[in-house]
Amino acid sequence: MILYVLCFALFLVGVYGLLTKRDLIKIILSTAIMGYAANLFLVLFGYRHDATFPILTEANAGQPMVDPLPQALVLTSIVIELGITALLVALAIRLYQKYATFDITKMRSLKG
Amino acid sequence: MILPYFVILPLLAAFLITLLAGKKDDWAITLAFMALISLLVLSIFGFVTMHEETVVYSMSGWDAPIGICLVQDALSLFMLVMINLIALTSLCFSIQYIRHLSQDWKYYALFMLLIAGMNGVVVTGDLFNLYVFMEIALISAFALVAYGCRAEEYEASFKYAVMGGLSSSIILIGIAFTYSATSSLTLARIAEVLPTVDPRLVLWIGALFLAGFGLKAASMPFHAWLPDAHSSAPAPISSMLSGVLIKALGVYVLFRLFFNVFGAPAIFMQLLLVLGALSIVLGVFLAIGQWDLKRLLAYHSISQIGYILLGMGLATPLGILGAVFHLLNHALFKSLLFYNAGAVEMVLGTRNLRKMGKLAKLLPVTSGTSMVASLSISGIPPFNGFFSKLIIIIAAIQAGHPIFAFWAVLGSLLTLASFMKVQRYGFYGEIEHKTPIMMPGNLVRFAMLTLAVLCVLSSLMVLPGIRELTLDPVVDVILNKTGYIRMVCGRAL
Repeated sequence: MILYVLCFALFLVGVYGLLTKRDLIKIILSTAIMGYAANLFLVLFGYRHDATFPILTEANAGQPMVDPLPQALVLTSIVIELGITALLVALAIRLYQKYATFDITKMRSLKG
Repeated sequence: MILPYFVILPLLAAFLITLLAGKKDDWAITLAFMALISLLVLSIFGFVTMHEETVVYSMSGWDAPIGICLVQDALSLFMLVMINLIALTSLCFSIQYIRHLSQDWKYYALFMLLIAGMNGVVVTGDLFNLYVFMEIALISAFALVAYGCRAEEYEASFKYAVMGGLSSSIILIGIAFTYSATSSLTLARIAEVLPTVDPRLVLWIGALFLAGFGLKAASMPFHAWLPDAHSSAPAPISSMLSGVLIKALGVYVLFRLFFNVFGAPAIFMQLLLVLGALSIVLGVFLAIGQWDLKRLLAYHSISQIGYILLGMGLATPLGILGAVFHLLNHALFKSLLFYNAGAVEMVLGTRNLRKMGKLAKLLPVTSGTSMVASLSISGIPPFNGFFSKLIIIIAAIQAGHPIFAFWAVLGSLLTLASFMKVQRYGFYGEIEHKTPIMMPGNLVRFAMLTLAVLCVLSSLMVLPGIRELTLDPVVDVILNKTGYIRMVCGRAL
């Protein structure tokens, strides 16, 4: 149970950073932290206590195995997050070229 | 079996455009046109020949609980027709509009990826597959919003991408909860197992999905990203985002999850009613003070999505009928309004209503179609918006929610007021314009005229004979949870 609570706390750290930080890079890091928390949740749900890796060999035949499906899902979602993070960093670089700052409060062309 | 081609065709077109087009964007345009016309023909063919039956396609022969299945029923075909219709007109509009921004084939590749993602979301029957397609559509949408390479476009795209990342994380956690509760990712299988699960856990899952997909649909407390992203994007992309993206990723998934999978739990229906009413009123209040035409339209998208959520939250057959009908109508008239805004921007180089003026003589097609669209969105008979709003309001009164009906009427009146402002300042103002930068070409006019004609024609869908063929099967699919489970799992279990 404590693991799930810590994992949720990690997600909240990401949300807190997203809402309070003004630096573009810190915001990008916060979205990444939220993504890690979500991935960790998936892996935790697939975990079984005292179980082996989910590949059937002669050594572990008949023993309980951890659920392999969440691991496959996490691989996919890591790739997606890589794409989003790369896009965000590219946008941050372009924004820096336009405004010469990473401070989000100084970027005010959109309001209302 | 045509179902996988809804994803394969646009993906293939996107890759062929990047491979073959090189520096020539005529090739890119031809390829995109071929793909979209065939998609539209396929989806209309599918909708006409479906006979109210569900087709399930198991990818690479693995059946439903193990493999990923694609599901074709009336709801997904309805969405496919809508997406591909708007996409085709948007492509017609893009050619001139994008040429005056830059001569680039990358736009068309991203555009086709956007279509692939949305079509994928609509046809898939698997929760995680839906997430992946959603991300394909979103990443291309982020890139397309930033396409104009100006400071405010980067800013809007960054904001959109951060909000998209937040909602995707919430949805992913929701998927993790669902998987741990039901040991399955196939939607139909989840729907079957979910009644046996602890109701408190179902409440958590529902809350996570409502927050995640509510963010995508931009209902009121989650709306902050929409006005920036939709007003900064190039006009054809604004119309794709406002017209279909928020519906395919937001409203459609809410329909699928909360009706076909969760079976319309009362507490979430109440929440949808409240969110819908809030979105209607606050969206229109924020819209009425705007002077940037595209920003005004973007705020109206929030308000109109509110009507759809309100109809959805009523959960009566009439309410759902209104919601589904308004879904189509909003796609038609909101895309048309964004094309009008884009055409004015091409001609005058401004989106500020104060700087427009006497455009009725200069741009007869644009101002005429904008009049049609304005009347549609404000709910004046005989245009389509009138009928769908009327259905939703009648359904609200029938279901015993006269207060929500009142908010819907109030929202409609304020919409009328704000579009009178658009017409008064934007198209019938005092300022004379003698030197247009460029005139809208034939394809642009064709795109606008097509949608204007459809705005009038789609109001015929309330007639009983036509309604039974088009809207009623969709409503049946949404309300029939056991039917959905039986159809999808039928062969596999």
